[in-house]
Parts: sequence; C-alpha cells; structure tokens
Amino acid sequence: MTELLYETVIDGGKHWSFIARRGTLLTLTDRAGGANVGMLFYNPENPLERYNAPDTLKCQQTFRLTRGHCLYSDMGRIFCSVVADTVGWHDTVAGNANKALVAERWGIQTYQDHRNDWTQNGHDAFLVEAGKYGLGRRDLAANVNWFSKVAPAADGTLHFDRTNSPAGSSVALRFEMDTLVLLHTCPHPMYPAGPYPRKPVALQFSKADPVAADDYCLNLRAENGRGFKNNEIYHLCAADAGAHSC
Amino acid sequence: MLKQSGLTPDSARYREIVPAGGYWIKRIAKDQILRIVDLEGNQAADTLFFCADDPAERYSAVDTIRAQGNVYLGLGSKLMSTECNVMLEIVADMVGQHDTLGGACASESNTVRYALDKRTMHACRDSWLLAIAEHDEFKLTKRDITHNINFFMNVPVTPEGDLSFADGVSGADKYVEMRACMDVIVLISNCPQLNNPCNAYNPTPIEILIWGTA
Repeated sequence: MTELLYETVIDGGKHWSFIARRGTLLTLTDRAGGANVGMLFYNPENPLERYNAPDTLKCQQTFRLTRGHCLYSDMGRIFCSVVADTVGWHDTVAGNANKALVAERWGIQTYQDHRNDWTQNGHDAFLVEAGKYGLGRRDLAANVNWFSKVAPAADGTLHFDRTNSPAGSSVALRFEMDTLVLLHTCPHPMYPAGPYPRKPVALQFSKADPVAADDYCLNLRAENGRGFKNNEIYHLCAADAGAHSC
Repeated sequence: MLKQSGLTPDSARYREIVPAGGYWIKRIAKDQILRIVDLEGNQAADTLFFCADDPAERYSAVDTIRAQGNVYLGLGSKLMSTECNVMLEIVADMVGQHDTLGGACASESNTVRYALDKRTMHACRDSWLLAIAEHDEFKLTKRDITHNINFFMNVPVTPEGDLSFADGVSGADKYVEMRACMDVIVLISNCPQLNNPCNAYNPTPIEILIWGTA
C-alpha cells in the first residue's frame, strides 16, 4: 500500500495542470459516473515532445486505452503507463468540445450569470492551461478522454457509450518520465444533449512502486519493452537513475 | 463508395511525380482540385494541411473523425480544421477508404514498433521536417507537425477496440481527389517505410495533379 501524498477533487467543467515527476502514481476516480477527463502530456524539458495518440495506438495495435497500455510521446518514449483500470475503455480519438459545440449541445451559461458554474469547454480549457507554459494552439494534439468510450461499428461508424464508467470507476497512471500534464473535466464532445454534464473527478497522488521485471505494462507487448528501453536511455546517468528502474 | 473524376490529366494545370521517400509542399487556392495518384499501388501518402492565411489552424484528425461520426475517410469526407472549419472535401475516390488514425512513421516510433537499431532509417517525419526547413516561407516548425491523413492506407478497427495495419486496398493508378474549401498549404511525405505492409515493403512514387485557377 503506497502512502497518499496529495488528494484533491476537480469539479466538472474545470481545468488544471501540473508536472508529474517520474515515479508518480496518479489515480483518477469518477465520483458520480459518466465523467470525462481530457488530458494532454508534454516533456517539460522540451515541450516539442508531446503525447502522440496515433503512435500510442499503432505501437500497441489498439483503438482503446486500458490497463497495460503505455502513453507514448512522438519521440518513442513513454510518459506514463496505465497500471490499473476498472473501466476497460478510454477514448483518444474523439478530441474536444469547443465553445460552439457546447452551446449547441448543452446550452450556454455565461460567467456573468453563473460564476464558476459557467459552461466551460475542453478546447478553451487546454488553451488556458497550455498558455501557462508558453504553449498555444499550435501545440495542442489529440488528447486522451479518460472514462469515455467511443466504439466503432464494423463500418467504422462511431458510437458514444453512456454506460462506460459507473460511479467509483478509477484508472491509475504511473509516470515513467517527468511529464507536464494538462487536464480538464469538461464534457466529452460526443456526450448526448441535455443539461451540461458536470462530473467531479478525484485525483490522488502517491509514489509508485519501482517497475519490476514482470511488470504488466512493460511486458504487455514487445513494443512496450522497447519503449521502456528508450526511457532508460533518456535517463542514463540521471541523478536518480536506478531508484526507479525504468 | 467509389467515384471516378470527370477531370482528365491532360487538362491539369500542374503535374508532378514525387518519388518514394520524397516530399511535396505547395499552397493551393480555394476551389482548386488536388489529386493524388498511387502510381504503382499500395503506397501511403502521409498528408498534412494548414490554413494558408493562419497555419496555426490546421487539419485535425480527431475533429474530422468526430464531425463525420466515422473513423475512415472516403468520398464526401469533409477534412476539418482544429477550428472546426471545412478545409477540403473528397470529391472523387477510386480507393474507398483512407486512414487518419495511424499517424506517420518517425525514426523514434520505428524504434518502438520494430527495433531500437531502426532509429536511423528514413521516415515520414524526417521528410516533413526537411520540407519545412527548405521552405521556410510557409513559417512552419516542428510545433506544426501533427496527426495526418494516410491516403491509400488501410488501418481497420474493430468493435472490440483492436486496430491493425493491413495490406493496402489501393492499387496501381488509383487516386483520391479533393476540392479545397479554403486556401491551404499541402505537405506530403511519400512514405519511405520499409518495415510494414502499409506499402507492401516497397515504397513507390505518387503523382500530384492540380486543376483550377490559383
């Protein structure tokens, strides 16, 4: 049992960002069911290195994200691995809602009238968080949508599954290198019309156990073994090399 | 669904053959027609589009997929920008299905997919980076290299959430044709990949044709 270092709840329709150090275990919990957490990842040493959804999918020959999968940067390295998951399917192909889509699907609540219960959108949320690190719209990429499932039919038609994440669902990310994390809890762009969905998500930070030789993510596919090797090369002679055997 | 174009190559205002492993970058005007021809079959044309007047607005794979509610591109697909504007529309297609999930090959992803010692093999991203370095008039940098379209490439997905790189559905002289709905910069890497069946382990040339007034 690892010691809980910090815990917070991000209400629905909000955004935040932080740098997760290598060896951090971040557990996300969908408190009410039906949550969505948009997330993007960058290397704080060189933000041109960023999460690459196509590489993540094709390196692991998957359309969904779940336990065992690693989230790859465009430089062949692993930002984090999914070490636990009660959900089974997280989306990384449907992108974000923008202001126009939010207005059309769930209506507008302005800040003037509703204060912090305004209807924030994922696109603007990412722009705000990215701006804090000198990043802008040219730096955004395809994001992860934790807890959301968008499944393809045989002909490629996409369907949003409202029942994917019941209350209490959780997913745990182990960071394999220092990573700038941008996140929002705004609605998934394919969530059905109705009242603006406002779903809180708990974030728990703790220290991950070192990656063992029989680690599930490391051994899921030969590709992941090579991804971990790229991280090891990146950390050669780092001050804490070996403390967290990548 | 397949649809043949009514345009004939001898009426094109521009024709150029791009060799395997080469790049092509050019501005095309609104309402011009762009055709990419898979000259020998089973090739992949890794393509990015940028709004010519504001390259920070660019092709968005995720917005395109979501807007059309389908992961595959084909006849009638509207290629959407990051601002959710229509950049181009596919108006003729002799292939039937194109990919926009698989991204481009890069030296670094090759190390993960195949072996660490593949890191020095030529890759699409290298072609793009050289293209934008040699054509700095377009003011593009690595920040602008994003998720692309793989014309002619077959990346099937399943309802269970699997994804694979399958043998191509394209063939010699098959083509895809688009109408530009805004002025766009087109950046193509004619894929040099030697490690997977997306181009039958044999990269071959493509031809680019343009019709209409600049």
